[in-house]
Amino acid sequence: MGIIKTENLTYTYSVGTPFEKKAIDNINLEIEEGELVGIIGHTGSGKSTLIQHFNGLLKPTSGRILIEGEDIWKSKASTRQARFTVGLVFQYPEYQIFEETVYRDIAFGPKNMGLTEDEIDYRVRNTATAVGISEELLQRSPFELSGGQKRRVAIAGVMAMEPKILILDEPTAGLDPKGREKILNLIKEHHKKTGCTVLIVSHSMEDIARYANKILVMNKSKVFCYGKTAEVFKRANEISEMGLTVPQITRVINELKNRGINIEDEIYTVKYAKEIFLKYLSEKEGGAYD
Amino acid sequence: MIKDITLGQYFPGNSVVHRLDPRFKIIITMIYIAMLFISSSIFGLFVGGLFAFLALILSKIPFKLILKSLKPLIPILLFTSLFNLFFISGGDVYIEWAFIRVTEDGVNMTLYMAIRIIFLIIGSSLLTYTTSPITLTDAIEYLLSPLKKIKMPVHEFAMMMTIALRFIPTLIEETDKIMSAQKARGADFESGKVMQRIKALIPILIPLFVSAFRRAEDLALAMTCRCYHGGEGRTRLNQLKSGTKDYMATAITIMFLLSIIILNIFV
Repeated sequence: MGIIKTENLTYTYSVGTPFEKKAIDNINLEIEEGELVGIIGHTGSGKSTLIQHFNGLLKPTSGRILIEGEDIWKSKASTRQARFTVGLVFQYPEYQIFEETVYRDIAFGPKNMGLTEDEIDYRVRNTATAVGISEELLQRSPFELSGGQKRRVAIAGVMAMEPKILILDEPTAGLDPKGREKILNLIKEHHKKTGCTVLIVSHSMEDIARYANKILVMNKSKVFCYGKTAEVFKRANEISEMGLTVPQITRVINELKNRGINIEDEIYTVKYAKEIFLKYLSEKEGGAYD
Repeated sequence: MIKDITLGQYFPGNSVVHRLDPRFKIIITMIYIAMLFISSSIFGLFVGGLFAFLALILSKIPFKLILKSLKPLIPILLFTSLFNLFFISGGDVYIEWAFIRVTEDGVNMTLYMAIRIIFLIIGSSLLTYTTSPITLTDAIEYLLSPLKKIKMPVHEFAMMMTIALRFIPTLIEETDKIMSAQKARGADFESGKVMQRIKALIPILIPLFVSAFRRAEDLALAMTCRCYHGGEGRTRLNQLKSGTKDYMATAITIMFLLSIIILNIFV
């Protein structure tokens, strides 16, 4: 039994107006506990709509969503429970910051959960450290921070609720390479430490290939495929046809294979590719590169 | 959701009503409002109603949408109706109990006022449903342009209105997003006492203001970069054009107005 399960999930926007549009169409999906899933797809492919169903922000037009085996629309209490089980970080989360101090903004979620003062204090300090926000910044106004810092404060605000499932919608959008790296690393670190299930929506295949162990590809409101990173990238041609790019290194490998160089094709990170290339070359030239 | 607010929202289409010159549409709406105010009897109102009904059919706007725009007015409607019903006296007395007196005149006046308000809303929402906000402000600027002679900043006023209208959907979307984000952090907007509910708005209002200011700043900068310097000597990309159908529509409207005046005299 997966931690997230959807049954024939369909959602239609603006029913009964000329703007009517099916955002997601008959989605059947099962995500196992502890996975780190990358979600990719075009703008308008239904990624954001799908993830907003997981914590009950959107009510499906038809179909069901089960979190830990329980239908989240069964009762008001179960919908509210889903909000705490599933932590959702929106795109540009720094725009939702509102408190006077960083500390109080991170504490907003835990406070809504009704935790004790001590527990809140522990969680705020703990997550602030985890996202690299130092002690002296906690009493500053969040509006004085840099863009990257604000983003990390906003992510900490959700992490502090310690959700079993953490979903991030394009957490690195609009950041410089250094900021991206930092955010992705801290997410990976959080995943490793807590063992929670993490879903990351991203446009960057490179990032997803490096961090996720499973990939969900959305196309035209439907699930195109869901599987292990290697399996998904085997369908590189189809993915390229959809207008999404597979990682650069995967394209290089595919082209090399087309030209008759016999190396394995499950390569999607530069680090691993280097290893394979060196092995390949040393075999070919009798160990000259060892 | 907040997105469901329809009052004053444009409903794209290609009907005759949509294609009318917005300047004429505003004038026609004003004549229509005049119709409702000068008609002294309920019959006059129905002539006005017939006019709105015909325009509604021609515009191909779903009737459901019009009903939806009436919904927020129900409290106001009930309030005025109750006042009229209990405080206007004259004619036969229908009910008399303690201090409550319902009379013939009261009932008539109540019906008359309620129908007038409903027709008023239907007519004016038809204008905004069939005219995009941008062309609407263009038309207002044109109609108000004589005021430029007495040094009224008509262009600036119209520009501010255009920008304000342009940002309504953006800000609504933004509000929706911020609300979702705070809900995801466990904020509760739907339960609690009045004070708690007001407090619950803070996490929405602060980010909304911050982003509105940011947007205003960006827009001002972008306008400056494109050499915007006010209305002096500014020409338009899309000129407003009037044609036969606009004169026809206005003529028909005036005929309706005349028939109400005649009704007033004879009924």
